[in-house]
Amino acid sequence: MIQSFFKTREVILGVAILVLLIAIASRFPAFVAPRNLANVFNDTAPLVILALGQMAVILTRCIDLSVAANLALTGMIVAMLNTIMPGLPIPFILVIAIALGALMGLANGLLVWKLEIPPIVVTLGTMTVYRGIIFLISNGAWINAHEMSPSFKAFPREVILGLPVLSWIAIFVVIGFIVLISRTPLGRAFYAVGGNPHAAVYTGINVGQTQCAAFVLSGALAGLTGYLWVARYAVAYVDIAGGFELEVVAACVIGGISIAGGIGSVGGALLGALFLGIVKNALPVINISPFWQLAISGSAIIIAVAFNATSNRTKGRVILKKAEHAQ
Amino acid sequence: MLANTQGIENVHPHAAQDAKPVLSLNGISKSFPGVKALSEVALDLFPGQVTALVGENGAGKSTIVKVLTGIYQPDEGQISINGKPLSFPTAQDAGEAGVTAIHQETVLFDDLSVAENIFIGHAPKTRFGLIDRKEMVGKAQELLDRIGAQIDPGVLLKDLGIANKHLVAIARALSIDAQIVIMDEPTASLSHKEIEETYELVERLKAEGKAILFISHKFDEIFRIADRYTVFRDGQMVGAGKITEVSEPELVKMMVGRSVDQVYPRREADPGEEVLEVVGYCHPTEFEDIGFTLRKGEILGFYGLVGAGRSEVMQALFGVTKPSKGAIRIDDQIAVIRTPNEAISHGIVYVPEDRGKQGAIKGLPIFQNVSLPSLKTTSKNGFLRLAEEFKLARDYTQRLDLRAAALDQDIGELSGGNQQKVVIAKWLATQPRVIILDEPTKGIDIGSKAAVHEFMAELAAEGLAVIMVSSEIPEILGMSDRVIVMREGRIAAEFERDDLTPEQLVRTAAGLSEVTS
Repeated sequence: MIQSFFKTREVILGVAILVLLIAIASRFPAFVAPRNLANVFNDTAPLVILALGQMAVILTRCIDLSVAANLALTGMIVAMLNTIMPGLPIPFILVIAIALGALMGLANGLLVWKLEIPPIVVTLGTMTVYRGIIFLISNGAWINAHEMSPSFKAFPREVILGLPVLSWIAIFVVIGFIVLISRTPLGRAFYAVGGNPHAAVYTGINVGQTQCAAFVLSGALAGLTGYLWVARYAVAYVDIAGGFELEVVAACVIGGISIAGGIGSVGGALLGALFLGIVKNALPVINISPFWQLAISGSAIIIAVAFNATSNRTKGRVILKKAEHAQ
Repeated sequence: MLANTQGIENVHPHAAQDAKPVLSLNGISKSFPGVKALSEVALDLFPGQVTALVGENGAGKSTIVKVLTGIYQPDEGQISINGKPLSFPTAQDAGEAGVTAIHQETVLFDDLSVAENIFIGHAPKTRFGLIDRKEMVGKAQELLDRIGAQIDPGVLLKDLGIANKHLVAIARALSIDAQIVIMDEPTASLSHKEIEETYELVERLKAEGKAILFISHKFDEIFRIADRYTVFRDGQMVGAGKITEVSEPELVKMMVGRSVDQVYPRREADPGEEVLEVVGYCHPTEFEDIGFTLRKGEILGFYGLVGAGRSEVMQALFGVTKPSKGAIRIDDQIAVIRTPNEAISHGIVYVPEDRGKQGAIKGLPIFQNVSLPSLKTTSKNGFLRLAEEFKLARDYTQRLDLRAAALDQDIGELSGGNQQKVVIAKWLATQPRVIILDEPTKGIDIGSKAAVHEFMAELAAEGLAVIMVSSEIPEILGMSDRVIVMREGRIAAEFERDDLTPEQLVRTAAGLSEVTS
């Protein structure tokens, strides 16, 4: 989107996914049946949603490690709310989940903006705090399927035009993000802040505020996913989605979002998430130990980062030469 | 600190002709794409003597320091130490040959102790190959005592002031037994007392027989501590000799007396009504009592030495930093500028000096770089309109004669001069009333320079008020209608262009009295 170069990056990732699917199909044709692919997509939907939020944050040179904890806390709160008030309509629940998530994102954002604490420290801290709060409010107890109201559980599974609501939400978030990133001043500001924060200041962009906005966005999406997750799996407890933040960051990195900020696209983040989702779903099917999944995801991250590093390095050298001659 | 005044007294007799240079450079040339930084330069340094290197900004002083310390390789020419030809392929080779540099901004390690800083890379070892901490601290103490520095070798470097950091750097130079010490504007950011201490230190180094290359813009200190001088101008050595045989005006003349080889656009100054008035602008640490006016169609030059506070004033005008006192009037209305956004909406824009850091946003294509501050006008109902952005970018980059393959090309792929054009186009697209250009032609090739000058003249002719911060004397004289000279955070003088000579500029910026001859 930004450069033909990144288009090719997405093409490469797209081709890798296709090759993966063909390889799987050669032995297990059932895997690529439309029905099954739809299932894989539905399974990957939470990762897609969170990866997009994370992408906004990473674009501004930050990182949000608290997304999974945010998801779990929001999920727990709405599940508890549901046990107390089973009649609460789903739209209310959605609004509450998004608002709670956004609030937690705001806490991250304000700490980064106003106190200028490094984002990795802030979100590492809030990640632990949010998990701790779940324990406090639930006393470590689980909320199980029979305690949740049927409508609460049914919403993400409801099928519209052949796809579950969960999948549709992911699709809408992707579309919304494409518009946000490429068609709004805020989206542009994400790139400017990450690409060159000093220059962004001189252009009249408030760097801290923009970063804060990215955190709120990421938090809101984590809150939304919190409800969907708890409802889909029909269970809420302290450790749900434990370690999921790393998968989210991995999806972004594989999708070519530069950890140094300023570079990346919605398509990249989406493909990165899908790549991980397919690997995760395919391995059990073709009878490969799930431990291989970790190895494959890990290798994919390193390859993607190596790709980034080399492309950035050549760029750096050219700039240095100019700087040198400027002196 | 009282010891050894003896050495000081015999300095001049001691600088006799029998001394052989410990280091000589001959026919050194160095080119960068589009710029010849050094052209057949010669420089001799003598043991126990201070050689002052003087020259305007961009005369090649920094380049020669980098050649001497092994950071740059000369294209041609010979470096010899004690008559033996040598080359310095790396900084380490230069260090081993006994050359050390003490920079304006010291390059030491903030989170290591003073002793560790002095001995990093050559620390005394125990017989097990570990660092012998006790020995190291003891030796560090000895070295510090030798230069009369009252510094505890155990404290962390970051807890020291700049002057003390210089002392540590010098102790380090002594620890590797450097014979040649380069001091690059060592007093530029020091207080009066610290400056005196630095002079004492220079005398001590002299007494130890070190050859010192002292780079400075301050004439009083050159005449006070130097034994010899070398003048650079436009990458050439234009004069050298004993300091006792030269006068201040002669030095100034050598520095600036160039044939103007560049043509500046001719313009008839016809300033209109006043646009901007700055009254009593102060900043707690950077500048004080800045006041000036600016009229439509005028180019106001700001001249001064590096670190005189020119850019800092401009950044405050643009809302990047906050002044502690003072007011701005725009069109006779008091204006409050607290953020760059407010400055932009008042029609003031700032093209920063450091394009890489503050101007171009790499990763964004050219047209998005141009449209970034104008998104309010190019977007509609909160949505961007790329076609409008493209149009805006095309209009303004065409005016600036930008050479780029396509407007959706990454700005990082452009040359320095073309990046500068994009940054200027970005600001023109906001249709400003006042444009501040900070070193607009620094580091760009001659061709692009002429284009930028041409364009500045056009802007002024169209009624824009232009502030140009520049350290290049010809540019200041060639372009400005009026010139403000800043020194140490204050306005030192204001001149009309017609009654201004290069000598006056240099003298005012350096704080010298008027020439009486």
